[in-house]
Amino acid sequence: MGWYILKRLLQAIPLLLGIITVTFFIVRLAPGDPMDIYLEEDRGQIDPQAIELLRQKYGLDQPIHIQYVKWVANVARGDLGESFRYRRPVSQLLAEAIPYTLQLTILAVVLDALIGITLGIISAVKQYSVLDKIVTLGSLVIYAIPGFWLALMLVLVFSVNLGWFPTSQTRSMDYGFLSFSGKVLDRLWHLVLPVFVLGVASAASTARYMRNRLLEVLNEEYVLSARARGFRERVVILNHALRNALIPIITIYGMKLPFLLGGAAIIESIFAWPGMGRLAVEAVSGRDYPLLMATITMGAVMTVFGNLLADLTYVWVDPRVSYEGKKQR
Amino acid sequence: MRERNSDNHSSVLRLSLIPGLGHLVLGERRRGVHLLAFAMICVLILTSTWERFLEAFQGSAIDHWIASLFLVACLLSLSTFSVRDVRRLVTLGDERVQSKSPLRIALRRFQANRLAVWSLYVIGALYFIAILTPLLTPYDPSAIEDVLETRYLAPSTAHLFGTDEFGRDLFSRAMYGARVSLSIGLLAMLIAKLVGTTYGSIAAYFGGVVDNVLMRIVDVIIAFPTFFLMLMLVGVFEANLVVLVLILGLTSWPGTARFIRGEILSLKEQEFTESARAIGLPAHLIIVRHLIPSALSPVLVSAALAVAGMIGAEAGLSFLGLGIRPPTPSWGNMVSAGSDALLVAWWVAFFPGALLTITLIAFSLFADGIRDALDPKALMQRFV
Amino acid sequence: MLLNVQDLASYFFLDEGELKAVDGVSFHVDVKETVALVGESGCGKTIVALSLINLIPPPGRVVRGRILFDGRDLLRMESDELRQVRGGGIGMIFQEPGAALNPIYTIGDQITGVLRLHRSLGKHQAQKAAIELLGETGIPEPEKRMNAYPFELSGGMQQRVLIAIAISGRPKLLIADEPTTALDVTVQADILDLLAYLQEQYGMAILLISHDIGVVADVAERIMVMYPGKIVEIADTEDLFRDPRHPYTKALLSSVPRLGVGHNEPLKGIPGAVPDFLDLPSGCTFHPRCTIGDSSCTSEFPPLVDIGYRRKCACYKAETG
Repeated sequence: MGWYILKRLLQAIPLLLGIITVTFFIVRLAPGDPMDIYLEEDRGQIDPQAIELLRQKYGLDQPIHIQYVKWVANVARGDLGESFRYRRPVSQLLAEAIPYTLQLTILAVVLDALIGITLGIISAVKQYSVLDKIVTLGSLVIYAIPGFWLALMLVLVFSVNLGWFPTSQTRSMDYGFLSFSGKVLDRLWHLVLPVFVLGVASAASTARYMRNRLLEVLNEEYVLSARARGFRERVVILNHALRNALIPIITIYGMKLPFLLGGAAIIESIFAWPGMGRLAVEAVSGRDYPLLMATITMGAVMTVFGNLLADLTYVWVDPRVSYEGKKQR
Repeated sequence: MRERNSDNHSSVLRLSLIPGLGHLVLGERRRGVHLLAFAMICVLILTSTWERFLEAFQGSAIDHWIASLFLVACLLSLSTFSVRDVRRLVTLGDERVQSKSPLRIALRRFQANRLAVWSLYVIGALYFIAILTPLLTPYDPSAIEDVLETRYLAPSTAHLFGTDEFGRDLFSRAMYGARVSLSIGLLAMLIAKLVGTTYGSIAAYFGGVVDNVLMRIVDVIIAFPTFFLMLMLVGVFEANLVVLVLILGLTSWPGTARFIRGEILSLKEQEFTESARAIGLPAHLIIVRHLIPSALSPVLVSAALAVAGMIGAEAGLSFLGLGIRPPTPSWGNMVSAGSDALLVAWWVAFFPGALLTITLIAFSLFADGIRDALDPKALMQRFV
Repeated sequence: MLLNVQDLASYFFLDEGELKAVDGVSFHVDVKETVALVGESGCGKTIVALSLINLIPPPGRVVRGRILFDGRDLLRMESDELRQVRGGGIGMIFQEPGAALNPIYTIGDQITGVLRLHRSLGKHQAQKAAIELLGETGIPEPEKRMNAYPFELSGGMQQRVLIAIAISGRPKLLIADEPTTALDVTVQADILDLLAYLQEQYGMAILLISHDIGVVADVAERIMVMYPGKIVEIADTEDLFRDPRHPYTKALLSSVPRLGVGHNEPLKGIPGAVPDFLDLPSGCTFHPRCTIGDSSCTSEFPPLVDIGYRRKCACYKAETG
């Protein structure tokens, strides 16, 4: 297993190199150099010499290939540059933001798994029942609702009209005065709406996938033969079918991360949540290129590691995939 | 008997110049009612907007022109279709056997799926309205009159969706927003599918090093969360409508490329390709001939879903203020404007978002319908 | 009589219509007897087998009939009792050994599961009994195989495991649905020998299902011939081979190569194809392919009637005696 992990990590290196290369060149595709664009609105008000100094500071005066090599080398060392706007190392900004995003995404995944997998199982076991129809149609509808609109409508109903949940922010104004358990509750209270919006769409897709997978497995001959051997229906479903259906779900969760991060960009902006997604949006609207390059790169890197994690879990759970990573059957 | 029939035929044909009447006479009620209803809607729009309809041919606004021409074209093609279909029905006579070609079967299965058919109606109606927008809008979408008098008016018969902070009619703006969203969705999807298909085919065709390099590039692009990639690009390029379409399309093709490549590679290994090559036929002809039916269902389904995805992404970007910029209305930036006024005027955010949601749901149901129709499970083979 | 099936019918309710996969089938199996059910692929043999333990997958179900097992009607049993019969009274072996074993559990887990269910053995006892069973079914180094996953075994070994599982509940009847079809020719005989040995050892009856009448000839005491949804002839193996009465049986036999007989006769296939279940010919469904049938055959399906000592046939034209 150790060797396999090492091998997969090594395989990820060219991919990561590709990612930072793509980020660099996309930003450089822009007409003009980043500093020009950043300062576009203030043009004429700033002393050209000051601009030149800034340019030197960010290394923008050097030839592009040198800049590229430097960018790669810096990223490899964990140095992601300095934000134009905050005048702080981007890595610091990210280190502050990522925990907030992880809170959201991890809780969203938990919610997704709880609702999505459960509904998927019920729906498959009770195929063609009213409940099944509600779940299949409902999941399709919920999945289609744009997150930002759902978020606003939930805020309208539950925060503005009913006052049950806060409209935004991560904590209350009086947070500092709360007891420890009060603080935890306050945090959770602020997490309810954003996590729900992020998780419910994801849960909808899980429910659909889980239902289809389980139906497929329930049609397998080994399930039929388990029934023919006299096992109780509950045992057949929980022990013989469910485990087989759950294994491919792992891959699905590996693929979910990019969608969750994309969703987080919007949800975080709505709920004034100081995470990575909002940082990326801010970087875009503020033309803060170092910050933009770093957050996007980080998003991709997290995706790569998410997939890696999913792959490793898969190998761990499914005996058919041997540790060398070659598939039998 | 026969002669009397042929007498009847010509009169039925003449009757069917008015779309649907011929079908009704022949007892094809479903199709007849549909055709007739559609034609009536067109005529109704034509008569009630007669003045604006004529204006189009004097003015120079191209979308106005297109709208008017489109309306005429709709009526004409309805008539033509009606006549031709009636002719087909009468010449076939009693031998209207149900055809068993796979496409026909798929079509029938689709028609049996009521939700899918309704979603198709919704999509059709949306595009129909979007094209006719210049004729239909009750108000000028950017007209700002006495702001203090007209701002934030709640929905009423005068303003179906209410008005926004500048007193603009949200119903009219939502209709213009539909044009933006729907056309962006369709165009971006086409770009993504086109680029993806070409890229995948090239990779599969050349194979070897070329394939390897091309697919590693795909790996890298897929590693990015697509929405982040879009964010980065709108950050770098000034996003007008055209650029936005390109950005959406050019970030969403790798999945298609992978799929098409895989499909071609597996066809390449099939025996019939080998044997075709053996008798000197160019293999790519065979591959194309087999690729189209085998890839049709997944490509159609993913195309329908992709339109929804693009519309959603555009709305998301516009909502964040990074896509379509005001004053051009798009559902996304309308919701965004409404989010600031959520406390005083819920309708500003509600209606455009609701339309967006309905559109996305319709596309999903439609995609689901195609999937089910084109992918019938061979129950009997499995059980017996 | 161990098993007595009367007028069994199982239909599938599809969008396209009612599919009568089994339509009024009656037969019996005696204690310790080996009976074969033979017919072309897709004639409903497997559905007969699944009906016997009331396990037709939806949208299908048993619509009428009685299945008396040890005198009790399986179709009217409480679910607890029915589960006792499944695996305990009637063991079942499926066609694709690879598909019938759960891919993510070890062989040991799968056998001990059944042992603990039907013989209420403890963990340790079950382990021991499982190893014994594996050894008995001819699996080398059974202790080692206990920890193996199904994909690590060959098709023949997988089938032996399935047989071990099927007999672990000490069933009185073993239903073997095409037990050798998916296997190499060289292994086929071994598996049939194993079945014969186990039958001797445990005193089970065996219902052997096969599309290949040649395969069952050596093992089965009696043969039942099936044609879409119906049994058309039942006779002792010897009688059937010597003197087939139903034209379909005759055709089926003439399509099998036999040692000694008719070296200079060419092998004959059966003209025409198995009819479509949703579009069955009227009357005797075999009449479009039949050489001796006439217009009297097209109105009603002939009943399965006694035509001699221990033999039945469903044909208006069959000779009796």
